[in-house]
Amino acid sequence: MSTPTSTRPAPAATGELSTGAAIRLVAGREISTRVRTKAFLWTTALFVAAVVLGGLLLDLVGGNDDATKVGFTPEASAAATAFEATATGMGVTVETTDVADAAAGEQALRDGDVALVVTSVDPTFDVQVETAVGETMQPVLTAFAQQLALASAVTDLGGDPADVSEQIASAAPQVVALEPEPERDGGQIVGGFIAGILLFISLMTAGQLVAQGVVEEKSSRVVELLLASVRPAQLMAGKVLGIGVVGLLQVVLVVGAGAGTATALGLLDSSSLDLGSTAVWALIWFVVGFAMYALVLGALGALVSRQEDVGSVIGPVMTLMIVPYVLGISVLPWDPTNELATWLSFVPFCSPMLMPIRIALGAAETWEVLLALGLSLALIPVLVWLAGRIYSGAVLHSGGRMKVREALRRG
Amino acid sequence: MSELTIDSLSKAYGQVQALRDMSFEVRAGEIFGFVGSNGAGKSTTMRIVLGVLAADAGEVRWNGTPLDLHVRRRIGYMPEERGLYPRMRVGEQLVYLARLHGMSKSAAVEAMEHWTRVLGIEARRGDEVLKLSLGNQQRVQLAAALVHSPDILVLDEPFSGLDPVAVDVMSQVLRDQAAAGVPVMFSSHQLELVERLCDRVGIVRSGSMVAIGGIDELRSTPERRWVVEGPTPDGWLARVPAARLVSSEPVAGTGTVYRSVVEVTDAGLAEVDQELLGAAVAAGPVREFARVRPSLVELYRHVVASDDSSATTDRTPAEVTA
Repeated sequence: MSTPTSTRPAPAATGELSTGAAIRLVAGREISTRVRTKAFLWTTALFVAAVVLGGLLLDLVGGNDDATKVGFTPEASAAATAFEATATGMGVTVETTDVADAAAGEQALRDGDVALVVTSVDPTFDVQVETAVGETMQPVLTAFAQQLALASAVTDLGGDPADVSEQIASAAPQVVALEPEPERDGGQIVGGFIAGILLFISLMTAGQLVAQGVVEEKSSRVVELLLASVRPAQLMAGKVLGIGVVGLLQVVLVVGAGAGTATALGLLDSSSLDLGSTAVWALIWFVVGFAMYALVLGALGALVSRQEDVGSVIGPVMTLMIVPYVLGISVLPWDPTNELATWLSFVPFCSPMLMPIRIALGAAETWEVLLALGLSLALIPVLVWLAGRIYSGAVLHSGGRMKVREALRRG
Repeated sequence: MSELTIDSLSKAYGQVQALRDMSFEVRAGEIFGFVGSNGAGKSTTMRIVLGVLAADAGEVRWNGTPLDLHVRRRIGYMPEERGLYPRMRVGEQLVYLARLHGMSKSAAVEAMEHWTRVLGIEARRGDEVLKLSLGNQQRVQLAAALVHSPDILVLDEPFSGLDPVAVDVMSQVLRDQAAAGVPVMFSSHQLELVERLCDRVGIVRSGSMVAIGGIDELRSTPERRWVVEGPTPDGWLARVPAARLVSSEPVAGTGTVYRSVVEVTDAGLAEVDQELLGAAVAAGPVREFARVRPSLVELYRHVVASDDSSATTDRTPAEVTA
C-alpha cells in the first residue's frame, strides 16, 4: 500500500441515476458476466451441436428420399417427361438429365453423376446401370416398360397412346375408411418435439439462474451494498431482464441452427411444418414463459439465504413445470387434438410449453394462440407486483427460510 | 455547514428493542467514532442511514432534509457483513458499483484506477474477488465505499481484520476524507484507534446514545486527580489541605520513589495544583507530575458496564456539547 496522495479523483458522481439507467446497468452486468461463463458457452455449444447433428442424422436416415438421377441419350430423351411422371406417380423422385450419347452416358455412370442411363425406348427399352438397378427404381422401370408396351399396342390398334395414359393415370379407387387413421407428418412431429424440449429446458435453466442469482447476491451480502444505491424493484427487474436476454440469445442460436440445418438439408421439403411461424412463436413463448417463471422463481429465491436452500424453495415450481412438458411431448405428437393438453395450453405457466408444440404440429388456430398469449400477458402485471413485494420484503432478510406471507407483509 | 443528523431513531425486531430514541449528528469534516458492545445498535443505526432498513420512528437528515435515494447514492458505505460479488473481477466490480452511484463510465474507470492504486491493490484489478486474501478483500470493500467520491462516509467496523499497515492506510484515508470536508462515521471495537483518530465519539448502549462528545471532553472528569512520582507522600501531602491521597505505592527497584495518585478535594481552587507540585518538589526530586485522565477504554467500561440493568429504563444521554 502506498500512502494516499490525493483523496478524490477528478469528477464526483452526481447521484443521478434514472430507473431505466439502473435497470440497464444491472442487466448489463448480468449479460456480460453470464455470457462469459463456461456453463453458458458449453450448454449453448452442446444445444446447437445437438440440433445440427440431429438434422444431419435425420437426413442420413431419410436419405433414400433423394432424387435418383436418370440420364437420357438423345434417342430416348423424348420419353424423359413421361418417365418422370411414372416415377412420381409411384412415389419415387427422379431427376432427368440429358447425356450426349451412349459413351457419355457410360462415363456419367462411372463417375456416379447418374444412377442409370436410358439409351433407347423404341423399339426396345434399354437401360444401362453401373452394377445393378436400385431397389426403388426396379418397379419404376418395370411399370415404364409396361407403359411403353401398352402405348405401342394402342398405336397398333389405331388409338392415341397419350389419351390412354392420361385415363390410366387418373384412374383411382374411391376408398372409404370406417376409422380413418390421422395423417402424420414427420417434420411436424420432430418440430413439435424440438419446440417442447427446447422451451422446457431453456425456461427451466433460465428460471433457475434467476433464483440462484438472487441468492448469490444474498449469500455474498453484496445486496446490502447494491440496495444502498438502487431500489429492490430495479435490481430485480435488471436481473430478470439480463438473464432473459442471455436465455433468449441461447434460444435464438438453437432455433436458428435448427431452422438453418433443416432448410439447408431440405429436410422439410415434403413436410407441411410451418418452420418460420414455429420458430418465431417458440421465441415469443420463451419470452413470455421466462417473464412469468423468472418473476416467481426470483421471488422464491429471495426467501432463502444459501445456495443449498434454493433447490428446496423452487422445487415445487420445477415439479409443476414438468407436468405440461411431459404431457406435451408424450401425448401431443401422437394425438395433436388431445383434449387435456389443448385445455392446458391456454393456462398460464402451461401455455409456454404446450402452445409451441401445438403450433409446430399445426394443431393450433391463430385465435387460440393469441388467446393463450393474452391470458399469460394479463397475468404478468400481477406477478410483477407480487414478486416485487416478496422480493423487497425478503431480500435483506438473512438467516433461515422466510415465509411468503411474512415477506409480503414486509414488502 | 453540512451535517448528517440522526434524529430519534427507534427500531424493534419483534420483542427486541434494537434502537430507542437514537440521536446524534456528524458534521462535515469530522471523524465520528461509534462505539458500544455487540448488539448495542451501531449496525442497525448505520443500516437505517443507508435506507436498507426502515426505522419504526425518527428520521435521518442531510443538511436538514430527510435522506432520499438521491442523497443515499452519495454515501460511501461499508456494511458490517462484507459483501462483494465473489466471482466478479475487482476492477469491473468497482466500476459497476461506481456507475450504480450515478458515475459515467469513464469517470468510474478513472476512480477505480485511482482507488486501487491508493489502496495498493492495482495489481489485482483483473482477479476475481474470491482469489484475494481477506485483507485485500477488505481493501476492495473500502475502495467500493470510496469509488464514487462520496459526500458522506458510513463505515461499519472498517478496521476489523486489517493488518497494522492496512490500519495505517485506512486511518490516513479517513483523515484525508475528513480533511476534504466529508463527514466520516465509523464503528469500531478498537478503542485506542478510535481515541487516536476521532474528533468526536459516541458511546451507545442498548440502542441509545449514553455519552457523546470530543475525546477530551469525555475524558475530563469533575474531580481533578494528579499522579506524582517522587518522594513518599507521607512527607509532603499534609502541607496541602485541599488534597487527599487516593493511592500510593513504591516504584519497584527504587526503594525511595513512590507513585502516588492524589485528588484535589476542592476543585474550585486552581492554585491547589501548584501547591501540590511545590510541596512534592520541596520534599525530594519529582520524576513525573501529570493529570490523570481516564482513557477511552476506562470511560467505555464505566459507561457500558456501570448499569446493565438499565436496558429497560429510559436514560437521558449524557450529552456534552463540543
